[in-house]
Amino acid sequence: MATLDSKIPKGPLKDKWTTYKDTINLVNPANKRNIDIIVVGTGLAGGSASATLAELGYNVKAFAYQDSPRRAHSIAAQGGINAAKNYQGDGDSFYRLFYDTVKGGDYRSREANVYRLAEVSANIIDQCVAQGVPFARDYGGLLDNRSFGGVLVSRTFYAKGQTGQQLLLGAYSAMNRQIARGKIEMFNRHEMLDVVKVDGKARGIIARNLITGELERHSAHAVVIATGGYGNVYFLSTNAMGSNATAAWKIHKKGAFFANPCYTQIHPTCIPRSGDYQSKLTLMSESLRNDGRIWVPKKMEDVMAIREGRKKPTDLSEDERDYYLERRYPAFGNLVPRDVASRAAKERCDAGYGVNATGEAVYLDFKSAIERYGREQAKLHHISNPSEKEVYDLGKGIVEAKYGNLFQMYEKIVDENPYETPMMIYPATHYTMGGVWVDYNLMTTVDGLYCIGEANFSDHGANRLGASALMQGLADGYFVLPYTIGDYLANDIRTGKIPTDTKEFDEVEKEVKDRLDFFINNKGKHSVDYYHKKLGKIMWDKVGMARNAKGLTEAMAEIKALREDFWKNVKVTGALNEMNPELEKAGRVADFLELGELFAKDALMREESCGGHFREESTELDGLQKGEAKRNDKDFAFVAAWEYKGEPADAVLHKEELEFKDIELKQRSYK
Amino acid sequence: MNLTLKIWRQKDSKSKGQMVDYKVTDISEHMSFLEMMDVLNEQLINTGEEPVAFDHDCREGICGMCSMYINGEAHGPDRGVTTCQLHMRMFNDGDTIYIEPFRAKAFPVIKDLVVDRTSFERIQQAGAFISVNTSGNTQDANAIPISKHDADEAMDAAACIGCGACVASCKNSSAMLFVGAKVSQYALLPQGKIEATDRVLNMVAQMDAEGFGNCTNTGACEIECPKGISLENIARMNREYLKASF
Repeated sequence: MATLDSKIPKGPLKDKWTTYKDTINLVNPANKRNIDIIVVGTGLAGGSASATLAELGYNVKAFAYQDSPRRAHSIAAQGGINAAKNYQGDGDSFYRLFYDTVKGGDYRSREANVYRLAEVSANIIDQCVAQGVPFARDYGGLLDNRSFGGVLVSRTFYAKGQTGQQLLLGAYSAMNRQIARGKIEMFNRHEMLDVVKVDGKARGIIARNLITGELERHSAHAVVIATGGYGNVYFLSTNAMGSNATAAWKIHKKGAFFANPCYTQIHPTCIPRSGDYQSKLTLMSESLRNDGRIWVPKKMEDVMAIREGRKKPTDLSEDERDYYLERRYPAFGNLVPRDVASRAAKERCDAGYGVNATGEAVYLDFKSAIERYGREQAKLHHISNPSEKEVYDLGKGIVEAKYGNLFQMYEKIVDENPYETPMMIYPATHYTMGGVWVDYNLMTTVDGLYCIGEANFSDHGANRLGASALMQGLADGYFVLPYTIGDYLANDIRTGKIPTDTKEFDEVEKEVKDRLDFFINNKGKHSVDYYHKKLGKIMWDKVGMARNAKGLTEAMAEIKALREDFWKNVKVTGALNEMNPELEKAGRVADFLELGELFAKDALMREESCGGHFREESTELDGLQKGEAKRNDKDFAFVAAWEYKGEPADAVLHKEELEFKDIELKQRSYK
Repeated sequence: MNLTLKIWRQKDSKSKGQMVDYKVTDISEHMSFLEMMDVLNEQLINTGEEPVAFDHDCREGICGMCSMYINGEAHGPDRGVTTCQLHMRMFNDGDTIYIEPFRAKAFPVIKDLVVDRTSFERIQQAGAFISVNTSGNTQDANAIPISKHDADEAMDAAACIGCGACVASCKNSSAMLFVGAKVSQYALLPQGKIEATDRVLNMVAQMDAEGFGNCTNTGACEIECPKGISLENIARMNREYLKASF
């Protein structure tokens, strides 16, 4: 049985990564030409890893389920990327970025990984600028920065509201250079359906060509999984529709432990659901909370009047509104971290104060910001006694300059003008902090099998601060994995090509084929989406932002029952050997139906509230923090890594105790 | 609302396709166009028919995956949006809507509304990159200041999502807006300058080899572009091309 050895290098935190790099095994450039690496997923992590490994001289085979690496969901990230450059001279340092990340993650991440992340963060910016990423500049031509929630310095680099897009296109361009050189062989519209192990080591994958439906065998000396998060287990999320857990789940079933599955970030500022047909949720940048005030009506009769269209939100006076974040958290107000803001919105809506037809929305109001900016502008323009309209117009101009693209996006979706009437927002599932367990080398519990980016668990703990996901994806791909994988591959220089006509490949291909055949031949009653939506509802109702033992136990039973029904009654149209999106979805939902149960099991085990995960039984009962989430460091300062044993309910828990030598564990307070 | 849909169905790249009529009922004006397509597909699955294959993913207008020709326009009648951002409130009860794949020789149909846009990939591989080692030994990012104006213009060009609406809208199936945007991004940045000659020559040569037509300054591409990529980028590419040719 695999044991959990995190392989954290000895020595002081500050020196670990440098010492490690100085002492690991290297592969001679001539030998790199004889070594193949498979990279599955080509977003920020997979794309940057593919490009760098090819640059180093390895033969890379990269797989994307889309028609191009440029479509990976990293492209949708808006706000920015953190880096401890201290260009602003406001006291930033590696240590501060490290500290903010560990604290923001509610002390559930691995110190050594996070410190390394902070260290390489500055390199990422240099690298991306050299690749032609058009980051925002100030009038002196230097890079501009902005601030994000949860930190006290300006360390976020950005490219308008499309930072993820530009960083991904940077990695994609680096990939294109290597594809042109023949060092990356690119497999677009291919999906990895299983991993192949030979003598306990990952040596290849079975992939399906999504255009022809053919199954293909691909071998390599090491396999890297970079397929992102599993937020779509909720059906509705901010993830792309195709984002799936299949690769990560399949390697879990082949021996890779799955860590902290219940750690899922619920983002507070999404556009609310409008009906049952809805296919996904849209995130509005967190930066809106810098100027928006969040409220619901104080009186239930006003809530009803608004829902029934008898009153408009603008009809309510200041004292008829409950600015609940400002009321509960006077120190941070509307700028509390994502988990706190999300829970508070849910609390108000659960109490019946939601302002839209579904009762799942709160207002994000820019009226006072428009007025404040308007008065300031009037002064600057020497307008004495400005009219209300003048103030509004001037203020609107400022808000438009800051958030215009977001306001426009909102108006397109909701068909309401957010300058005139407050936006409606509600929390939605966004980023998954849990994922495949990896050691300091980013290797899973299977030899030669690596996992990077959002697909692994290591850097964000129980919560993710803004602008830190892009940082981890690129850090892993550009600067960490290319070193650590060499240490492993140094032993493989004499192995030679891995053949694919072996019994190991035969067996796994047969498993994959049998599963696909089953779907096509099942001729059941219900569509794949029918099951996915049902799973999503169980997850949101019982394994969502607030959880309790009773609900979680029920959820486990309900998911198991749903899964059994799925395998009896699912209907998949079309044939095997053709492009068949329904067949693709069926396999992915089958995996979500297992992952969802493990997710609930993990949440049930974790009898504490931490990050965005509010365990109702673990609440502060008195004092200043009364009613807030209560973390339990004594019993739960560990990573929960689950070993697959057949049914998700039978998974075996392994604990990696977390050590915090350089940081004192403190209660997070935003009062 | 209740709608009649006339949709292009084509089994695979080798089969002949045809328009097929479908009816959908109770469509909410709040749905996105793709959610309306989901409703249709759920209906088809329930009656044992094969759902309509179409490309989509992020459904927030940034991945560039969704591509449909709706009532004779790429991404449909609304301006500045992708198909996933198009809402049913743009249509009326009783409407007949024509839905076809993006049409261009360089975008062969794979199935139904799904087309193959890998010609774009090959153009990018012909030079849409800066030849810098990804080792992290690059100089400090602030070592070369870039004027805000240039950085902003490079960003505007770089905002292209590679959806192909420009090609589908062009009577010549030209890819010059797409290629011009990428050439411009690098032409505007000091880091991209050294390879400018090879880049523009190679990318244009690949564009021609893929079977894209030429630009005759009609401007349909700019009007239909969901990201407002400007025709100026084509002019800049032409200038870069001329400079490189002499």
